[in-house]
Parts: sequence; C-alpha cells; structure tokens
Amino acid sequence: MNLNINGDDHEINVETEMPLLWVLRDEIGLTGTKFGCGIAQCGACTVHIDGQPVRSCSYPVGQVKGKVTTIEGLGSPGVLSKVQEAWIDNQTPQCGYCQSGQIMSATALLSNNPSPTDDDIDRAMKGNICRCGSYPRIRASIHAAAKAMKETGA
Amino acid sequence: MSKLGTITRRTFFVTSTAVVGGALFGTYKYKQPVPNPLLDGDDAIDPDFASPNPYIKIDKDGVTVITPRAEMGQGVHSTLAMMVAEELDLDWRTIKTEHGPASNSYYMSIMIEAMVGHQYDYSTSTQFKRRLTHIPAKFLGIQMTGGSMSTPDGFVKMRSAGASARLVLIQAAAIEWSVDPDSLTTEDGFVINPVNNEKLAYTALAVKAAEIDAPSHPPLRDPSRWRYIGKSVPRVDIPAKVDGTAEFAIDVKLEGMLHATIKMSPRFGAGIKSSDTSKAAAMPGVEKIITLKNEGFAVIANNTWRAFKAANAISVEWETASYPAEQAGIMKAYEASFNSEPNGKFDVKGDIDLYFADVGDFIEAEYRVPHLAHSTMEPMTAVAQVKDGRVDIWAGNQAPVVIRDAIMKIGDYKASDVHIHTTFLGGGFGRRAESDFTLAAYNIAAQTDGRPVKVTWSREEDIQHDFYRPAAIARFKGVMGEKKPAAIDVQIASPSIMLSMSKRGPIPAIGPDKLIAEGTAGQPDDIDHMRIQTFAPKLDIPVGFWRSVGASFNGFLHESFMDELAASKNIDPIAMRLEMFGDLAPPGNKVVEKVAQMAQWNGREGINGTDNDRGRGFAYTLSFGAHTAQIIDVSMTKQGIKIDKIYCAVDVGVAIDPRNIEAQIQSGIIYGLSSAMTGEITFADGKVVQSNYHDYPAMRIHQVPEIEVTILENNPQITGVGEPGTPPSIPALANAIFALTGQRIRELPMNKHVEFV
Ligand code: FES
Ligand code: FES
Repeated sequence: MNLNINGDDHEINVETEMPLLWVLRDEIGLTGTKFGCGIAQCGACTVHIDGQPVRSCSYPVGQVKGKVTTIEGLGSPGVLSKVQEAWIDNQTPQCGYCQSGQIMSATALLSNNPSPTDDDIDRAMKGNICRCGSYPRIRASIHAAAKAMKETGA
Repeated sequence: MSKLGTITRRTFFVTSTAVVGGALFGTYKYKQPVPNPLLDGDDAIDPDFASPNPYIKIDKDGVTVITPRAEMGQGVHSTLAMMVAEELDLDWRTIKTEHGPASNSYYMSIMIEAMVGHQYDYSTSTQFKRRLTHIPAKFLGIQMTGGSMSTPDGFVKMRSAGASARLVLIQAAAIEWSVDPDSLTTEDGFVINPVNNEKLAYTALAVKAAEIDAPSHPPLRDPSRWRYIGKSVPRVDIPAKVDGTAEFAIDVKLEGMLHATIKMSPRFGAGIKSSDTSKAAAMPGVEKIITLKNEGFAVIANNTWRAFKAANAISVEWETASYPAEQAGIMKAYEASFNSEPNGKFDVKGDIDLYFADVGDFIEAEYRVPHLAHSTMEPMTAVAQVKDGRVDIWAGNQAPVVIRDAIMKIGDYKASDVHIHTTFLGGGFGRRAESDFTLAAYNIAAQTDGRPVKVTWSREEDIQHDFYRPAAIARFKGVMGEKKPAAIDVQIASPSIMLSMSKRGPIPAIGPDKLIAEGTAGQPDDIDHMRIQTFAPKLDIPVGFWRSVGASFNGFLHESFMDELAASKNIDPIAMRLEMFGDLAPPGNKVVEKVAQMAQWNGREGINGTDNDRGRGFAYTLSFGAHTAQIIDVSMTKQGIKIDKIYCAVDVGVAIDPRNIEAQIQSGIIYGLSSAMTGEITFADGKVVQSNYHDYPAMRIHQVPEIEVTILENNPQITGVGEPGTPPSIPALANAIFALTGQRIRELPMNKHVEFV
C-alpha cells in the first residue's frame, strides 16, 4: 500500500491492521511519534491525517486514506512552526517524551480555532497526558502561539 | 534536643560509614583525584582534544560539558553546564552537553549524607559529619541520579571543573604568547590578552592544553560575580524535544536491529508452571521466543507491534506467589506488622508512654495510602548488542555503573568491555534507577548472534512490573496544646524499600530503614513529647524509589494529622505551624510566611471567609533539604471538586535557574496530586489489577490550575528541586477538601471518597 507522509510517498508492505504508529516507527524509521499506551489513552502517538489529529497507536494503517503529517513534518525544512517556537520560548518540555503528541494536538487545535479560550484548550488537549506535568506551560505556549500566528498571519 | 535523640543520630552515622568500611579508608586515598574516563579506553586517545578533568572535553569543534546525571526532564544537563560555564566563561549558545560514559569517577558524593542528622540541622559538627560521608561515597563509586542530589552534588564539583579548565587554558595561551598567565583574562570561550586585545579561542588551545596538568582545587568566583547562576537560560535539551529529534532509548536505530518485547510473570517471584509458545512462534515476523530464566518470556521479532501481538498469544500458567493473593490479605499483613518488633524509632522526645497514661483527651486517627506505579511516559525500553566480547546498552537510566557492574558479573566481562550509552529518559521518577529492564535487554541480546535488539515493554508490562511506592498504614495519637501539639505518638507500617533494593542492588540494608518515616520524622517539630515507630511488613512485592520516596506518603500522613489537631481546637493551621517551628528552622518560618502572603491567607474556610463553596488547605514539608509550603484552593462544582489555584513557596538555598526550578516544583506538585486523586495499585489473584492509563490515570490539563511558585534562598545549603514539590501537595489538597466539605480524607486515593472534575 502507499502512504503519503510529510509529503513523501512510501510504498509499504505490512498487515493492514498494523497500527500506523508502528509503521511510522519501525518500518519507516520516523521515531518522533511516540508510543505511550497503545490504547488511545495518552496522546503520545498523535499525528495528523489530512490535518485532523488521530491516535496513531489505534489507527490501522489499512484505513489511512489521507495525507499523514508527523512532528517531523511540521514547519518547513529548517524552520520551526509557530507552535514549536512558542514551545521553546516558554521552555515547555521536561522529559520531552509526550511533547510530539502535545504539539500535534495543539497544532490541530490552532488550525481549527485561531484564538482558543482556556476551555477550548482543555477540550482539545485533555487526551494528551504529560507525566512530567508541563501543563501550565503547554497552556501558555498555546496562547502564545495563537498570538504569534495572528501577528504574522501564519 | 533530648539526649536520646542525639544518640540515635550518632548511631546512624556510625552505621552508615561502617557499612562501607569508612574507617578503613584513609583520607590520603580519598584525596587522590578520580581517574578521567574521557582519557581512558576506546573513548579517548584522540590527540585533538583536551580534557582537564572528567567533566570537560575541548576539541577544535567546541567545548562539551559531560553532565553525568540522567536528563529525565529536570533540566539537569543545563543546570550542571551552567555551573561549568560560570567559571569557564563559556558562551551559553555554544555549549554542548553529553551524558558521558558510565564511570565510578562520576560517583554521587553526597549519597549517604542524608543519614547524618536532621535536614534542618546545620551545626558545624553535623556539617562536618556530612562531609565525612563523602569518603565512603567515593569508594562506593555509585554514579546515579536521584534523591534531588544532582544540584547540591555538582555545585562545587562542576564549578571547580570549569575553574580548573580555565586555568589550564590560560596557561596554554600564556605559553603561546610568552606572557605571564596572571595578566590574561577570559570571555565567552576565548583567552584574552588585555594589553593588546589579542584573543585565542579555547578550541584552538585544546591541543596545547592537553599537555598541562589541571589544578585540583582552583579558587571559585565570588557569587557577586556570577553571570549565569541565578538567571534563567534556555535549556540545552529543549530544541530537540520540540522537533522530534531527541533520542530516547525507544528511538535508537542500529543496523540490522531486531524488535523485542517481554512477558514476565504477573506474580512477583512466581515462575512458569507450564506454557505453550507454539502459536506465538508461528506468527508473522517472529524470529524467536526465549525464556528469561524461569520468570518470563521474550519475543524477538522484526517489528514491535508483531512482538506485542505474539507475546499476547503465548499461553502460560504461572506459579502462585509467596504473598497473599488478594489486596485485603496484603493489608492484613501490614496490620499484623504493628504487633512485631519496630524496625526503627525516630524523633523520640520526652516520655510518651507516661504522658499518654496521664492525659485525658487525645485524638486518634488511622491513615492509609496505596502502592503506586511510576508510569513514566516512555515505557521501559532498552537496546542491547552483545558481539565479539563487547556489550553495548542504550537506555535511559538513572544508575549506569550499577548496570555495567551487573552485566560484568553475569557475563564475566571487564569494565572496558561493557558500554552504557545513556539516552534521554522519557521520565524517570526513580523507576529508571532499577536495572531490570536493561539486564533483560542484555540477556535477550546475548541470544541474537550479535544482532542488536530493541526491547520495548508494553504499557501493561510497565505498570504490572514496577518497583512500587509501597503502601502504608499509619496510626496517630496526638494531644493538642494551647497553640501547638503537646504530644504525638506515631506508628507507621510500610515495607522497607532499602531491604527490597538490597536484594537486587549494590547497597546493603543494615539497621532501621529511615525511609519508612522520612517526612513524618525529621520535620522541624518543636513538640515536647514525641515518638515515631516504624514497622516493616515483609512481602515479596518489589518496592523502590518513587519521586520523594518516604516523604511521598509521610508528607500526607504528618500534615493531615497536624491539620486535624489544629482543627480540633479551631486553631489556624498556619499559625500553628509557625508556633511548631520553635527556633529549629528559620527558613521554614520564611516559606510558610511567604506562602500565606502569596495566597492572602485568611483562614482555612472560605476565601476571606465569605464563600462557603470554596476551601483552602495548607501543608508544609521539609524534604531533600528544601523547606516547601503550599496552599491549595478548591471549590465545589456540578462535576465535582475543582482545584482552583496552587501556591508554593520553596527554599532552595541557591537558585541556579529560577525558570527551571518553577517547572520542577510544578511538576512535583502535579505528580503528587495525580497520585492523590486517582493513583492506586492493587492486587487480585497475586497480580497487579491496573494495567494502563484508563485504570491508572494521570492528572490531565483540565484538572491543573495555575500554580504560582516563589523561590526563597535562606537555606544555608543549596538543595535539589526534583522532589520537594511532591510531599506537601497531597495533604494541602486533603486539607482543602476538609475545609470545603468537612470531610477528612484518611485514605488515598481521594476519588474513593470524593469526586473530582
Ligand atoms: S500511544 Fe496512542 S494514545 Fe497512547
Ligand atoms: S514532558 Fe515528560 S511526559 Fe510530558
């Protein structure tokens, strides 16, 4: 089957029920997307399919119809996205393991809703666990990214 | 201090040094510099770099600071690099950091300091005894990360490393220019001659500097000249953690690598009775299934998901466990332990039996806390390769030399044959101080004909094969005086973590286990009659270090009961706490006063006494040397109790990077509250019941309010910050719920008794 990931086509030959996560990580070698629970509970494996956030650990690769974007595909080559920049400015990550998933969820939120309220953030982000408890800075980073995106029209 | 208290403390000290034969080691040998592992074995003999000490490597491409503590989210690489940069005059933007090799040279020198005296005791004689423990610590040579020790351990070491490297570089430049070294200065990675403004980059001086002996005790700068310490710098590890390139063990890629997982006995210590692996072995992608001693299986495949699937397809009947199969039976064993000899007695003051025999009214309460799993975000993972007499392990780990030594023993290797590559840790919290997952990876790789293998645990294996924070039962008796407690008598039953660890690690367990009581004992409580006795039920359920260890539950026990005592006489808990300090710990008074001011504290019930739908709770714990006071505000909503705001004042002695300290304190609080609200590991049929985030939940973003942190620097000594945020968070929430609802929560997790948003 053919998968379009971050703009590149990949021909892969695996069981259709293999979760997208393990195709990305073990077959293609894109390890920025993380494994946390395998049962759609933690959000560490969040990627986009046609811009919508999905839990790749529970998404059979055979059902992927659209274009997949992973953390490696955010921004443009050599340039971070506004969300990633905000994450650095606010010194958000701790161990960092959950952060790819957090950033993918936040990116999807901001593309649907350019000025999210705290309640909007709660709703969009509560599927993403951070065991290090970086939540206060995740919230601050989303607000900061929203502002930056508005200012630059990005 | 009573006489008995003094004797008890001295006894601990003697025991702690005797453990490692402290008296045998002369200070002469202690004062020898440690060998430099960077100039050793196959990691060295590169003529193009200088390494004046084990912490700094300078080559033509730049300066690398070896930060030999596990980067598990606490920002330790940046903290330690700041200390070096401060003395070496480096430009922060150019600094590179590395975990470095496993080496005894990176030993934790303050590892057994905590056995000496009370944390709030900074008398000259106690400080002297603390320093003496550095001698046996050096001979133990344990490189580890934990106990909030990296910052205080590194504070002099890392600055000295920077200062000695600077002197060497200055000397190298002085030779180059034929001038007096004393006439030269340094700035942002250059040696400068102020006379003619000539500059030489450290990188250009590396080869010459390599030939110069570094001074071992260079003078350190006066704090008034600090440029980095006390300011916030961008953490060096963060850019890679936002673009997906940060390498955790689970991300390591090697040529020809296999993907494996494990399926271990769900009953601790119980082996395989019968099994059938044929179905699993025939599944697609499976290369091989092996047994790991008699304790479980490893499935080796060409893809992690295929390995997981096959592991589920192994049918196996396990032996029964030695401990009671059901949770109720386990707690019975805890209860029974109260009738055995105490494991330890702490903070014994006055005559408690006589006092209670005479007194009429006293308050009694029993508290219970459950076992807890760490549930680091990255499940246990390690990569191993065993080839041509050489072992390589890639793992996020908190104790590399312990892993190295264990592998040397199992496979009869020399230290130089075993290479531990420490990657970033996807969370540690104490779990990655254990070597089980790395040794399993080694044992699997020993059977793959030299091919590297990545061993990833499922979340279920991770939660069900932890070294748990032990459960505990505590029985309190107390008498409230006019302004503060007059007497408290405490019994705590909880298994000894040190005993459990001694069965699998290098540190023997001798004498009472102080960890069972730490956080109830050792608090600056100026109470006339006091006794804390511990009881250690023996069960073969593995227990280990969990963020803040004994204080993780003792903070809750002690501070909840203090709140009960205060409430019994309608006394303000903060006023009572300030009374209780006496003159034992002035920095403690300061954090309590500070947090009260931050929250505009005006009593526990209702913010400013006006709003009955709100409650606030206060708690204070001294842990890991850091006085920490918190106030939590809660309110009742239709969906349940909501945490509205958290205030914390913490005294760290010297704040290296305030922005990072804030993050760590918030992190510790959220980790504590996660456990308080919903965290519980229970047993049925000898197996852990919980298996994943649906039944072992973590706090989520909608539950976390604003957390305001104020950092104070009154403590006479610098402290770490990874753990102190955790202990007071739990009782502050329980006390807030009491203020809100009148319900006293004496059993964790709290969601057994109340509902949360
Ligand atoms: S790994 Fe997919 S949601 Fe946790
Ligand atoms: S940063 Fe460690 S789990 Fe989120």
